[in-house]
Amino acid sequence: MYPFTTGGDLRFDAGVGHAAVSAGARVQKSEWTAISRGASVKFDSVQKSYDGETLVVKDLNLDIARGEFLTMLGPSGSGKTTCLMMLAGFEPATHGEIYLNDDGINNVPPHKRGIGMVFQNYALFPHMSVAENLAFPLQVRGMARAEQEQRIKRALDMVELGAFGGRRPAQLSGGQQQRVAVARALVFDPELVLMDEPLGALDKQLREQMQYEIKHIHENLGVTIVYVTHDQTEALTMSDRVAVFNDGVIQQLSSPDTLYESPQNSFVAQFIGENNKLSGEVVALDGANCEVRLDDGTLLVADPVNINGAGSRTTVSLRPERIELAPSDEPENVVDGKIEELIYLGDHIRVRMNVAGNDEFIVKVRNRRDKRPISEGDTVKVGWAASDCKALDAVA
Amino acid sequence: MSSATDTSTDAIAGDGIVRAADGTPLKRSLARALRREKLRSFLLIAPLLAFVVISFLMPIADMLFRSVENNIVEDTIPETVQTLASWDADSGDLPDERVYAALFQDLQIAVEQRIHTRLGSRLNYEKSGMSGLFRKTGREVRRMEAEGPFKERFIEIDEDWADIEVWAVIKRYSPPYTPGYFLNAVDAELTAEGVEMKPENERIYLMLFWRTLVMSLMITLSCLLLGYPIGYLLSHLPARSANLLMILVLLPFWTSLLVRTSAWKVLLQQQGVINDFLVWINLIDDAGRLVMINNQTGTIIAMTHILLPFMILPLYSVMQTISPSYVRAAKSLGASDWTAFWRVYFPQTVPGIGAGAILVFILAIGYYITPELVGGTSGIFISNRIAYHISTSLNWGLAAALGTILLLLVMALFYVYDRIVGIDNVKLG
Repeated sequence: MYPFTTGGDLRFDAGVGHAAVSAGARVQKSEWTAISRGASVKFDSVQKSYDGETLVVKDLNLDIARGEFLTMLGPSGSGKTTCLMMLAGFEPATHGEIYLNDDGINNVPPHKRGIGMVFQNYALFPHMSVAENLAFPLQVRGMARAEQEQRIKRALDMVELGAFGGRRPAQLSGGQQQRVAVARALVFDPELVLMDEPLGALDKQLREQMQYEIKHIHENLGVTIVYVTHDQTEALTMSDRVAVFNDGVIQQLSSPDTLYESPQNSFVAQFIGENNKLSGEVVALDGANCEVRLDDGTLLVADPVNINGAGSRTTVSLRPERIELAPSDEPENVVDGKIEELIYLGDHIRVRMNVAGNDEFIVKVRNRRDKRPISEGDTVKVGWAASDCKALDAVA
Repeated sequence: MSSATDTSTDAIAGDGIVRAADGTPLKRSLARALRREKLRSFLLIAPLLAFVVISFLMPIADMLFRSVENNIVEDTIPETVQTLASWDADSGDLPDERVYAALFQDLQIAVEQRIHTRLGSRLNYEKSGMSGLFRKTGREVRRMEAEGPFKERFIEIDEDWADIEVWAVIKRYSPPYTPGYFLNAVDAELTAEGVEMKPENERIYLMLFWRTLVMSLMITLSCLLLGYPIGYLLSHLPARSANLLMILVLLPFWTSLLVRTSAWKVLLQQQGVINDFLVWINLIDDAGRLVMINNQTGTIIAMTHILLPFMILPLYSVMQTISPSYVRAAKSLGASDWTAFWRVYFPQTVPGIGAGAILVFILAIGYYITPELVGGTSGIFISNRIAYHISTSLNWGLAAALGTILLLLVMALFYVYDRIVGIDNVKLG
């Protein structure tokens, strides 16, 4: 089992046998797997406008498979939360249809969709105890009391809060509230769970811990999870696939590694991880590689991901950790750079350089024992492989 | 770091008292450090405190004192009171000559100072006819010669002086403190047989207290019923429209109370706008015009209107703090609109309801001007009687007793409310 600290006093009520929690939880989880099954979701050319003048979501087409963990990632105002709200039923789609398990749900009210949801600030009912919060979805479904109690216990054990049923949400720490919110969204066995930036209010350490926790719950239960966040690390850590939103459009939909290694446009390259941008013009295109002349005349060999052919403008994007200072082997691209600034970060050193007229050019140098002394003002050679620099942004 | 550790080990000396660096106990050191600050904040509130004490607390204390104070009898006819002490009202005999002689002496002085009529008015509250008796006797005493037998002389002036009951009343109300006003205020009186309820047809105050309570509750309830949806609407509208609606809610505050109340007269009277309209649409016929003013209906309608903002504002401020994600969460968990409202939204508004209800109720229970204007006789409150006794009948003692009872009633209800709802659950914003 993954380690779990509660970030507070873990009080065990007498009477509630809690000693065998982790063993019990494991058994419970397999039960959950047996009865739970993910739902599929389909957005079919969905559009959304609030004011009738601008589209917040522009022609969204998205298929989410059963049991998938899909993250909608994007800056604020990119339309990702709106998509989630349309799926949950709190916002009507202006155009298009949303399907849940192949049934159109545009006219199904939220409470009949059977979708679990975890809200940004948890939305735990403050006037009910933890157990009452969890009982709420079961009560409105008219479940027998005995079964309710059994399910509440199982759900609380799953998030390792078995002894906290009698507490009020206000008496719990942020991380505990978060886990109660997850338990409440799962207690009625939904096939689909939506999470709207659920970890935003937690501190960094707790956030990372909860990422693994949610990921494991997903793996154990097999439910479909649609997760909204603006934190790229969160998206990369947890998801099967990530949909990067910007300006109401999905910029790229792919697995986390593809997203990082092969961004389709400079927005994605910029938004996911760190990135150096060099702009120039495509001068030659020959199958696997292309040649780009930067604005200061430097010639580069790049991977033509998304360009229009010779003569068009392009943005070349490359990751700081793929660049080598004074390369020993012979990569395709070697240029001169002047070191402007050194920032010591422990495990690596960030070197800000002036390369090809761009003085925000960042190179990450690993802090190895055999490091070569470098100092500000030096001019050194920097090199990188053609496959690591992507020519992006075809302009129509 | 190390010096901090040193101080903390030094701070707790052998005797277990935590000390500051110079050896004085830390508590005293802290108190000294804070004294200046406390003094300054006290000086800031001092003017207000003085104002409240002089213009509010002291008059109220004086008023409350008047509800039991009864020095007038002893001050006006001291000798008589003294000699009466040995007389037994139950003996069936009139007081002896000494008492009449003392009365003659006392009245001579009182008439000179022109205070005998005041005593007459005071005793008249307890037994009618006393005012006239003293006025008449006062006129005659001036011409009376200073020799006996005074008993016959007085009975000559007015045969009421031969009435044992008159003397019994004087004796009963001669102590400096009296429960008389309070007994009056609850429709009781002090008779020779002790405390008794007044005859059925003279009772008024208990009924008025009851009516004040019931009508205040009805006003509170109708404020809640009307105010809750408005508070909800206010807290859910976009800011611009909410501000406009808020101005409409506050509009009554900016209009004179008299204007508003008079407007209700225009609307509600039998030849008024509402009746005219109802007749015009043939809902009622001309003979069957509704009586909506100068009765309880009028009072309830007008006061609900006036007190509505006091319900809406606390409700609104509480509702504003309730995140819409609670209701959304409830719906996502499978609750219908009504269940989400009733089980999740409504319980969170209870502090606002509590605050609004207590505000409206307490304002209503002491309201005076609106019942006076639109209440007629059946719609007036206890405060109208208090006002009557203060400004018209000048029976300040009774007014004070009624006011004290009202105050105690409110405090008792407040206590009950605290036990049931919990005053911690009241939130004004």
